[in-house]
Amino acid sequence: MRGYAGLTIETKQALTAWAFLAVPIVFFAVIRFYPALESFGIAFMQWNLLSKPVFIGFDNFRKMLGDPVFWLAFKNTFIYLMIGTPLSLLLSFVIAYYLDQVRFAHGLIRACYFIPHLTTTVAMAWVWRWFYQPPPIGLLNNMLNSVGLDAQPFLRSTTQALYAVLTPAIWAGLGFQIVLFMAGLRAIPSSYYEAARIDGAGKWMILRQITLPLLKPTIVFLVVISSIGFLRIFDTVYNMTDNGAGGPLNSTKPLVLYIYETAFRSYQMGYAAAQTLVLFVILLTVSLVQLWLMREKS
Amino acid sequence: MSTATSTASPMPNWWLGLAARPGQMLAWTLLAMGAIAMMMPLVYMVATSLKLSNEVYELNIIPREPTFENYIYIFKNTRFGLWFVNSLVTSLLVTLSVLFFDSLIGYTLAKFKFRGREVVFIAILTTLMIPTEMLVVPWYLMAKNFGWLNSYWGIMFPGLMTGFGVFLMRQFFAGVPDDYIHAARIDGLGEFAIWWKVAMPLVTPALSALAIFTFLGNWTAFLWPLIATNDRALYTLPVGLASFSGEFLTDWELIMAGATIATLPTLVVFVIFQRYIIRGVVLAGLKG
Repeated sequence: MRGYAGLTIETKQALTAWAFLAVPIVFFAVIRFYPALESFGIAFMQWNLLSKPVFIGFDNFRKMLGDPVFWLAFKNTFIYLMIGTPLSLLLSFVIAYYLDQVRFAHGLIRACYFIPHLTTTVAMAWVWRWFYQPPPIGLLNNMLNSVGLDAQPFLRSTTQALYAVLTPAIWAGLGFQIVLFMAGLRAIPSSYYEAARIDGAGKWMILRQITLPLLKPTIVFLVVISSIGFLRIFDTVYNMTDNGAGGPLNSTKPLVLYIYETAFRSYQMGYAAAQTLVLFVILLTVSLVQLWLMREKS
Repeated sequence: MSTATSTASPMPNWWLGLAARPGQMLAWTLLAMGAIAMMMPLVYMVATSLKLSNEVYELNIIPREPTFENYIYIFKNTRFGLWFVNSLVTSLLVTLSVLFFDSLIGYTLAKFKFRGREVVFIAILTTLMIPTEMLVVPWYLMAKNFGWLNSYWGIMFPGLMTGFGVFLMRQFFAGVPDDYIHAARIDGLGEFAIWWKVAMPLVTPALSALAIFTFLGNWTAFLWPLIATNDRALYTLPVGLASFSGEFLTDWELIMAGATIATLPTLVVFVIFQRYIIRGVVLAGLKG
């Protein structure tokens, strides 16, 4: 047996590397991979934590198909996604496009748009919840009344509540998207614009033929990040609705809130795990679409 | 509206540029109005937290009789002080752990040559695809079995290392020249010392970005701390604020004071580290 000193440089390197990685490998195996696999197992069990888990095959998934609340939560999540993502991207692009050309007070204006992104979501949900209260309490209704418009029910209406909850979610995400759009705009070489102008291209033509195609990586990235954000919406809804229940009448309840209720309010661990698998498949699809779109380009 | 070309030719003098283009002045005005609108929820939150209850429902921003009554009430009668400490301690400890481990892993994966390196890297990247929501049920069962519920460790354990941080740090360590490391090795420095004393100081911009995002992420985290604690003494600030606000549902001035306490540290972090944060967002966005 030779000691450590007698080993080749390659072996020493490998030993050091594995020594550095030992604790992290245990962490990722035990706290990430094992729980992920475990949730696949739990999804096929019936388990209320009091009695032993019972294997029930696909019953949880069958139950899901016939569960109107699950489908409502599913539908709500897609409304958050289908309205939230395009609207926030359109707004943030327009703001970034013009903010990029502005010099005076540029940093200050950018900071104002960005700050909401850093705030504590729970705190902001309560601020917006106050805004939406009926008169004479809520700020928005007081503003509507002061200009002679009718007060709105906002969070108390099954038709308005979802959009009332979606607004602060969009508000909080804009700053992040603006900053990334501006970085993308900065990265486009000015020679492209000059060449286009010499060829007599107009504003719209430059925007459509040069700016937007060259921003494609930024756009794809932001569509994915923002979609994942809306698909996982939870904090805002939990804090803006009565007892965190996603009401009125489940009209704002997203998938993650239903998962939370299933697991931690009615203790149906198996059913909750089955729902997380559905969420996982949706999120995975979004990520894979991103990889595919980015690969196609390069 | 102004043309897209002003990015190409920065104006020597912003005022000349503004005066020359009325369209740009309109754009600036609209942008500034939007910026004010964006800040309104924060402005009203702070303003209302300084108002007496009889003034809460009025639209004025500057309180007629500014008061700290609401803050005093909160700190005297609720556990906001404790929740603040819980959030601060857990967020700081998780941040330290992430900085230490993610950079050690990133360095090892970038600078050591050994069989299995790619496998480890891809395995860690794969964890980015696993959403937290899928893990909370198993984490809860684990924490329940080991008695970790209602403890700092229970709040912290899922976030002690992150796939994103490993990825970010690996990218930055890859940019550190191998010559520096060889030179240190010839000087007789140990491998751990080479990482800590030679390589780490060369990636401080990445470390500061990772530190800021990890801290903010944990400071504002809600879902897991909500699940991991039901003892009020161990709530983090967001969980405590949610529970407190649910109880004091009509006392909006108190809720706004609580919301301000939860938000203020994030604003302080922003004011101090503004440049790092904006650069970090771009950096993380482009590399991640």
